[in-house]
Amino acid sequence: MESDWLYIGLFLVVGLIIPIVPLILSRLVAPHKPNPIKQSTYECGLETVGESWVQFKAQYYIFALVFLVFDVETVFLFPWALALGQLPLFVVLEGVLFIGILVAGLVYAWRKGMLEWA
Amino acid sequence: MNLWNDPINFIAGWLRALLTGWGLSLDLAKIFIMLVGVGVLIVGSLVLAIFLVWVERKVVARFQDRVGPNRIGPYGLIQPFADIIKLIIKEDITPTTADKVIYNLAPVLALASVLFLWAVLPLASNIYGVDLNVAALYLVAAGALGTLAIIMGGWASNNKYALLGAFRMVATMISYEIPMVVVLLIPTLLAGTMSFRGIVESQAGAWYVLMAPLAMLIFLISAVAELGRAPFDLNEAESEIIAGFHIEYTGMKFGLFYAGELLHAFTFGGFVALLFFGGYQFFGLEKLGPLVAVTIFLAKAMFGYWVIMWIKYTMPRIRIDHLLAFNWKFLTPLALILLVVTALLHKLLAGLPLWGITLIMFLTNVLIAWVTVEILRAYGRKQRQAEEVLAPAGQH
Repeated sequence: MESDWLYIGLFLVVGLIIPIVPLILSRLVAPHKPNPIKQSTYECGLETVGESWVQFKAQYYIFALVFLVFDVETVFLFPWALALGQLPLFVVLEGVLFIGILVAGLVYAWRKGMLEWA
Repeated sequence: MNLWNDPINFIAGWLRALLTGWGLSLDLAKIFIMLVGVGVLIVGSLVLAIFLVWVERKVVARFQDRVGPNRIGPYGLIQPFADIIKLIIKEDITPTTADKVIYNLAPVLALASVLFLWAVLPLASNIYGVDLNVAALYLVAAGALGTLAIIMGGWASNNKYALLGAFRMVATMISYEIPMVVVLLIPTLLAGTMSFRGIVESQAGAWYVLMAPLAMLIFLISAVAELGRAPFDLNEAESEIIAGFHIEYTGMKFGLFYAGELLHAFTFGGFVALLFFGGYQFFGLEKLGPLVAVTIFLAKAMFGYWVIMWIKYTMPRIRIDHLLAFNWKFLTPLALILLVVTALLHKLLAGLPLWGITLIMFLTNVLIAWVTVEILRAYGRKQRQAEEVLAPAGQH
C-alpha cells in the first residue's frame, strides 16, 4: 500500500523532470537573438492597446460556482457506488434521494437562468 | 515465473538480486527498481507520443483527401523526428511582459499531467505502473492538472487572446468534468471497485459498453471536451483568437503542448477502452501472454484515439453558449438519470444470470436514448413553431 503511493510520488517527480529535458536541450542549441519587437505581445501585427490582463465575463464565475457544488457532491457518491453490492435496498434509495437533491439544485440553477450565457 | 508470462516481476526479481548482490539494502533496491519502472513507462509513453505525431498527420491527411508525410523514411515514419529536431533548434521567444516562472512551467505541466495518467493504466493483467485502489479519483485529479497548465500558460503569456483562450478552456473543463465524473461512477458501481485492474477483470463476462452504451458515449464526449479538441476547441479557435492559450509559445515549448495534447487524446482513448471495452481482454486471447494483452490494449486505445480524431476532423466548432448549454442542460441531467437507473437495476437484478442483466440494462439504455431523442425532437418542434410565429416563413 505505502509502496503504491511511493511509486506515484516517484512518478510525479520523474514525470515533471523528463519534459524539462527537451527544453534544456533547446536552450543549448537554439539561437537566442532577442529584440524588443520580437519580444512584444503578439496580436497579429497590431499593437496592444491598454492592459493585457483584461476583465472577463462574470458568467464564468457563476458556472464555476455551479460546478463547485456538483463536483463536491459527486465525490460523495463514490463510496456509495463502491459499496452498492453490499448495501440494503433502503440505503441505495437514500443514495438516489441524494442524487435527487443534486438534480433539484440543477433545476433551481436552470430556472434562475444561471445556465444561460448572457 | 518466467520472462514470457510475467516479464515485469521477472526483470524486477533479477534486478533485485543483482542490486542486493552489490551490497544495497533491500529497501533501496526496491526504490531503485521502482525508479527504473517509472523511467521506462514515461519514456515509453513519450516514444508513443512521437509515433502519434506521425499517426495524427497521416490520418488527418487521409480525412482531408491528401497523402500526408511520405518523404522521409518509409511512409514518412521518420517525419516526427525531423519535426522534433526543428522544434528544438527554433529560437525560444519569451515576451518581455510575461510572468517568466509560470510561463515556463506551463508547458512542462501540460505534458506531465498526461504522463501522470500512465501510472494507473493497466496495460496487461501484470504489466501496469501501480494498481491504485482509488484509481478513478486519481484519473479525475490528474486530468484536471492539464487545465491548470492551460490557464497558467494563458495567464502568464500576458496576451489578451491567450487569456481569453484560457478562460474558455476553464469554462469547458469545469462544465464537462461533471458528466465525466458521474459517468465514471457507472463502471465503478458495476465492478464494485475503483481499481482499474479490478474494473477490467470484472468485464471478463461482458464488456460494460453492452451494459451502459450511453455512459460510454457521454464519457467519450466529455473526454473530447476535456482535451479541448474540436468540436470543443474554443480554447484555440484559430479563426477568432489566433491560437488561444499557446499563442506566445514557440519552439520546444509549443512542442510540449502539442505532444501533450496528442498523448492526452490517446490516453483517453485508452481509458474508454479500459472502462467500457474490456481493456486488455479480447475473448480469451489475452491469456496467450502479457505482450499479446498489451498489443490488444494499445490497439483498442488506438481505435479510441482514431474515433476522437474522426470527431475532430469532421465536426465544425460549436459556439460557447451552445457548448455550455449542451453540457448543463443535456449531458449532466442525462448522466445523473443514467446513474440512478444503472444503480437501481444493478441492485434489483443482482440475482439474475449475467446475460439477463446485460440484456435488460442494454434495453433500458435504448429506451432512455429513445425518450431523450423524442424530448429533444418535441423541444425542437416547439422552438421552430415559436420562430414561425415571430417571423412567418418567406418574410426573412
